[in-house]
Amino acid sequence: MIEFFMQDWIAILPDALPADRVMQFAADPCAGGISLFVGTTRCESPGCGRELVALDYEAYEQMALRQLQDLAARARRQWPLVKVVILHRVGRVPLAAASVIIAVSAAHRAEAFAACRWIIDTLKAEVTIWKKEIWADGSTAWVDPQARQKEAKT
Amino acid sequence: MARMQVDVLMFAGVRDRAGTARVRLELPDGSTVCAAVEALAGRFPAIREQLSRVAYALNCCYVQSSAYLKDGDELALIPPVSGG
Repeated sequence: MIEFFMQDWIAILPDALPADRVMQFAADPCAGGISLFVGTTRCESPGCGRELVALDYEAYEQMALRQLQDLAARARRQWPLVKVVILHRVGRVPLAAASVIIAVSAAHRAEAFAACRWIIDTLKAEVTIWKKEIWADGSTAWVDPQARQKEAKT
Repeated sequence: MARMQVDVLMFAGVRDRAGTARVRLELPDGSTVCAAVEALAGRFPAIREQLSRVAYALNCCYVQSSAYLKDGDELALIPPVSGG
């Protein structure tokens, strides 16, 4: 259900994310622009010789929803925003499909860009959602961004 | 000593290792998150090596392991998140 009377549309959804309806929701006569970020699934270990087929997303949904609502509220305290949309998909997401969509409308582009960037960065660091790689050979692995950062540094 | 019940939720790799997503623990009144996690690791030894990298949420809010539990609380073990 899209509640169009609301200023924020925050949801965790089990199916393909409705990108067209996001633009519709974020558009507003008071907004001079919409900043839209679409996060898509990709292979985290390119060139590893194996074929990645999908990512499985799992959420601690009750907490994650509260966190997403809180992200929108925190963004609104930092920038004057018109509409905020944060949608995250859970379940199996095929490669190159949208796993997350953030849209922010504001009177001016600087605020829209800054808030959109801050929301996706903070979401990735804090929100209780996990992804697991599903490989063509049947193997799976939970993604651990902290371990990857450490590997990259060494 | 009076006892209380706490529901523990596990996710992602921790849940896979424990082999269950949810377990009810009975603990002495006044127990901390730390004590609950110790009891949990006693029951599911396979999760022990992951605990150094796990964060805790009590009723959907992040807390320190020194936080006190009360009857009916929901404690979640949060491995490193990877949303987005």
